[in-house]
Amino acid sequence: MILVYIEHKAGQVKKVSLEALNLARQMASSEGTSCKAFVVGNDSLSVELGNYGVDEILKLPSADHLSQDQMVEVCSQIMASNNVKYFILGLSTLARSIAGQISIKTQSAMISGITGFRYDAGKGIYRKSVFSGKAFADISSTTKSSVLTVTANCFSAEPVGSQKANETIVELSIPAAKIKIIETKLVQGKTPLTEAAVVVSAGRGMKDPSNWGMIEELADLLGATTACSRPVADVGWRPHHEHVGQTGIAIRPNVYIAIGISGAIQHLAGVNNSRKIIVINKDPEAPFFKAADYGVCGDLFEIIPKLNEALKRLKS
Amino acid sequence: MKLLVCISKTPDTTSKISFDSTGTKFNEEGIQYILNPYDEWYALVRAIELKEKFGGEVHVIHVGGSSSDMVIRKALAIGADAAFRVDIDPKDSFHTATQIANFAKAKDYQVVLLGKETIDHNASEVGPMLAAILDLPFLSYANKLEINDSTATVQIEVEGGVEVVEVQLPIVLSAAKGLAEQRIPNMKGIMDAKKKPLEILQAVECESRIQLVNYILPPAKTQVEMVAPENIDRLVSILRDELKLI
Repeated sequence: MILVYIEHKAGQVKKVSLEALNLARQMASSEGTSCKAFVVGNDSLSVELGNYGVDEILKLPSADHLSQDQMVEVCSQIMASNNVKYFILGLSTLARSIAGQISIKTQSAMISGITGFRYDAGKGIYRKSVFSGKAFADISSTTKSSVLTVTANCFSAEPVGSQKANETIVELSIPAAKIKIIETKLVQGKTPLTEAAVVVSAGRGMKDPSNWGMIEELADLLGATTACSRPVADVGWRPHHEHVGQTGIAIRPNVYIAIGISGAIQHLAGVNNSRKIIVINKDPEAPFFKAADYGVCGDLFEIIPKLNEALKRLKS
Repeated sequence: MKLLVCISKTPDTTSKISFDSTGTKFNEEGIQYILNPYDEWYALVRAIELKEKFGGEVHVIHVGGSSSDMVIRKALAIGADAAFRVDIDPKDSFHTATQIANFAKAKDYQVVLLGKETIDHNASEVGPMLAAILDLPFLSYANKLEINDSTATVQIEVEGGVEVVEVQLPIVLSAAKGLAEQRIPNMKGIMDAKKKPLEILQAVECESRIQLVNYILPPAKTQVEMVAPENIDRLVSILRDELKLI
């Protein structure tokens, strides 16, 4: 059996969990096995998950938010008690923390950050990004069960049907939490960078933090999330959680628009898996142009306001 | 306070990545190895800061052959007190975590730290595996760590923000940017490092759980299309017609 852990919030399934379901469905049909979903919490997801080809939902009702250590326990229990061959999670910050722990508790192989999948002579081969985006590795499992995590924006999140999935309530023992959440500080209202399909990013070329209005406007027009390079986060022009690159967040949106960023190798390491890259920079020697699909060499203070005006006209 | 920092070596960030003709072996020719930045800048320095505040010792552990001694000496030069090297080339994350856990068990480390990922494998797997083998709580991508008696207050990165959590020691923690500030070793540190102990340990038996099929280099970027800065219409058509953003 293939079991996918479903992350959800306020009745809404996380996109990366739906993408994980896509991989699970492909594997389930090739192996002639069922594809089930594991849901923790009280949200009713039968309709939505049915649309994504889930055969059955195994649900652990819980009014409380479980801590990461409790999640490790319940996921390990459900894997063991259902003879799960593949336990798949969308690669979120939660999954990154718990998946490796679950693999130990269940004596499974761990393959993290899957970006592609194929069968070769009946064996599953998983592709993942290595060397900070400079190469890929194809990997297979050598154990009878595996824990897999799926990188965001690599598999389609389109629904495949319109059936309702049956829900089965499971009973698992939830141990006392060892990790207690004291406070959560979230930036409201924006798609997190790791999940964003479009990212508008700016760097030192902006000259001053007060100039960011045009970047935010462009991001709004394109439904994008804003990001920044390391130097501007370091001097406090932009918040740290916006910093993409080697020491910041690694992202792989469909479209990455880099404005006034030269493209140092440390920055590229965090963004070079983006599907398409647009670079706007006034320096023709900026290394970023070599990694770009589209480039505009010119003054961003002239280009961006004109582009915003054109997009506004188009939308109205 | 006894602190353990797991350190890894990685190719320098600027390295050109290539593989042998079978595509299964990383080509090491001309590669400069460094101490993995997340291990060095954040995990190790925060451990040293905690030792400076509470007293105790900082140990570093590495899994790898003698060619790693250079990066181990650097960790000692920055301020670790003693180093241990399990003398075997790591086979995979599980193999590495097993070696470290075998060393760390029954040694009463209160905090075990490591970088959030290595910059070659980028897997973030060793930390959670190590915590599970040692049966300790794991804190992933921590950018603040404060300790009060036996309680750790940790700020961890989550999607779109941070979470502040409390947990009883001992713990295993992976370090993200912000946990500490990079320290450059000084001359005294470098001289002292030569006299600090570096103990070589035997590896334990452990089977790998994954198999590398091969490495692949990404396809070369197609030629960049340069758009003239005054040609806003073309830029709009790229966004609308080619990238379907509008």
